[in-house]
Amino acid sequence: MFNNINILLIPLLPLVGFLLLGLFGKKHFKSSAGWIGTLSLLASTALSLITAYQYFFVSGKVNGVFQKLEVVKFAWLEFSPGMSINMGVLLDPISVMMIVIVTFVSLMVHIYSLGYMKGEERYSTYYAFLSLFTFSMLGLVLSSNIFQIYIFWELVGVSSFLLIGFYFDKPSAVAASKKAFIVTRFADLGFLIGILLLSFHAQTLDFKLLIERLTTATPQLQSTIATSFLGASVLTWGLLLIFIGGAGKSAMFPLHIWLPDAMEGPAPVSALIHAATMVVAGVYLVARLFPVFAISCPVALHVVGYIGGFSALFAATIACTQTDIKRVLAYSTMSQIGYMMLALGVSGYGGENGLGFTASMFHLFTHAMFKALLFLGAGAVIHYVHSNEMKDMGGLRKYMPVTHLTFLIACLAIAGVPPFSGFFSKEEILSAAYQSHKGIYFVALATAGLTAFYMFRLYFSIFWKKEYKTNHESVDEHHGEAPWTMKIPLLLLGVMAICAGFVPFGLFVSSDGISWPSEFNLMMSIAPVAIGLAGIGLAWIIYKSENNLSGRVSEAGRGLYQSAYHKFYIDEVYLFVTKKVVFNLIGRPSAWIDKNIVDGAINLSADLTDDTSGLIKGWQSGKLQQYAIWFFVGVIGMVWLFVYMLN
Amino acid sequence: MEVGLTHLLFVSTALFFIGVFGFLTRRNMITMLMSIELILNSVNINFIAFNKYLYGGNLDGVFFTLFLIAIAAAEAAVAIAIIINLYRSHSSIDIENADEMKF
Repeated sequence: MFNNINILLIPLLPLVGFLLLGLFGKKHFKSSAGWIGTLSLLASTALSLITAYQYFFVSGKVNGVFQKLEVVKFAWLEFSPGMSINMGVLLDPISVMMIVIVTFVSLMVHIYSLGYMKGEERYSTYYAFLSLFTFSMLGLVLSSNIFQIYIFWELVGVSSFLLIGFYFDKPSAVAASKKAFIVTRFADLGFLIGILLLSFHAQTLDFKLLIERLTTATPQLQSTIATSFLGASVLTWGLLLIFIGGAGKSAMFPLHIWLPDAMEGPAPVSALIHAATMVVAGVYLVARLFPVFAISCPVALHVVGYIGGFSALFAATIACTQTDIKRVLAYSTMSQIGYMMLALGVSGYGGENGLGFTASMFHLFTHAMFKALLFLGAGAVIHYVHSNEMKDMGGLRKYMPVTHLTFLIACLAIAGVPPFSGFFSKEEILSAAYQSHKGIYFVALATAGLTAFYMFRLYFSIFWKKEYKTNHESVDEHHGEAPWTMKIPLLLLGVMAICAGFVPFGLFVSSDGISWPSEFNLMMSIAPVAIGLAGIGLAWIIYKSENNLSGRVSEAGRGLYQSAYHKFYIDEVYLFVTKKVVFNLIGRPSAWIDKNIVDGAINLSADLTDDTSGLIKGWQSGKLQQYAIWFFVGVIGMVWLFVYMLN
Repeated sequence: MEVGLTHLLFVSTALFFIGVFGFLTRRNMITMLMSIELILNSVNINFIAFNKYLYGGNLDGVFFTLFLIAIAAAEAAVAIAIIINLYRSHSSIDIENADEMKF
């Protein structure tokens, strides 16, 4: 069986690292902080690989079904014997897969940051935050009940906020971190209400029990379905509200606005948080409650699918026009997460029907590898060029051979070119979509084409197009491509981006825990590969060398180009709604009521007290003889009262 | 004419109001202390007078008077200590100058 201590150590090691570096880092570990963080995470990664091996190959399977094992469990807050909030560790195929992804990518980012963040003023703080994030993310994926996941969900949000705003002397970074925090926090409100609704009706917070009660015919399920509000049952509302929380974290339309701005953080942070791990928390959440979605409430699952599909296409369109390389990658991330949501949305439950679920998790896995690689590669480019803008780059392939090679691998993977990893997961998603919903299938297909196009637009603009002319000779002459600490993670992730696709994912991860061999469908792969190659070809023609084709294309579709370039004005809509509508109609009136009526009542009573005391304070004059006179007058008055009046 | 209870009460009342008047009008703290002694002594006279004329066989009033004399001595010691301290800090024993304890 499992060694519980080992499993607990996986999240606790980064926590220890955080406490150590956060409390003593600035004084004692100024230069060794990176190594401390990296080593603690190395141990964590090793432990999670051991756990994954034990779970998948030794003891996870009972009678051919992967079990949901609660290996650690204790009551954290006990309100009454029947009602308590527990903490625990839940092992099932998706959580085990997630701990492997999180620890591995986080380890790569830790190693990469040794080179990237070298000489940074707040080096130890940076590593403390990274450790905090890793701890929270591991806690999130291992959560055994829905309230615990919410706690870690918020912790992840905080560490994301801290890392986006790491360069806190830059106003844009501060604004971006606030935006990310507020938008996701707003979405989390929906999540919390959803938790309360579902757990109230299911009478449990525990995932295992909750899923069991809401998928089989129980009184709890009956009450959840029977209670309705505004035409939909409480079950639908609860699941949709939980999905809103997930959509906020996973940057689904229309709560995606924070993700592109979050690129203000250091590049490795973007790779870890805003590409590979935190942003897929929403997908993970839907996958965690997938049986409830799929069996009891297909309507909510369809909403997930539509929103995912729309976000995928929407973000891919915007990504074609952006010029900041990290922003292109951010929109690409949003688009790929949309893909995962879409796959969940078209999936059914159990066996063959669960293809979409398996595909979504598969894509989550491969995407984590190649997207982290893309961000780390972009970080290396930015490190070299000292700029985020495409126009400052071009022709870098001769100067950065390792980055060039690994970036190309990642681009081929995301574009879905065989035999790279993205090809296999995309193929599965597309066949799942094809089987259940043709409309979504075509959206996904179009997205695949756009993805190939904008990724190779990015690739050609960085590495080909024109001869690289450096702006600051003195800087570039003495520092080469990148230190080895940055190259090793690139190479390792590059290997993963090639190999990850060959994992027979259906054997390990499926909607009902029963392994099934996902068969490779050759016919289904023709269309996406063809459209992907067409996208690459188009990018080749337009961006391979310097010419005015791109200008002419954008001129031809001027309206579309402009609106995509301005991100379809979603930010402006938000600003209008918040500044003009919410501030004027709600904010200012309530401020007026607060200032005049609430404060007024308090001030009135204070003023009354003040005036009265002003009138009578002269009595306390400090003159002893005056007091004595009052005393005698009082005594005489009492005597008069008792002798003459009361008789 | 024999001296009766009324005469003694008259004396004690006069003494009492002389004391009160002195306490309220004098500014010198020593004089105020002396006025308090007058008030106490008027009470003593009252005790003795009532004891003698109403309860001739008892000695309760006399004992009370003795107690009061002892207490008056103690009170004088405390009061003079306060006055000395006030003089040290204010260089004056005028009650008008010791009015810091106000609003």
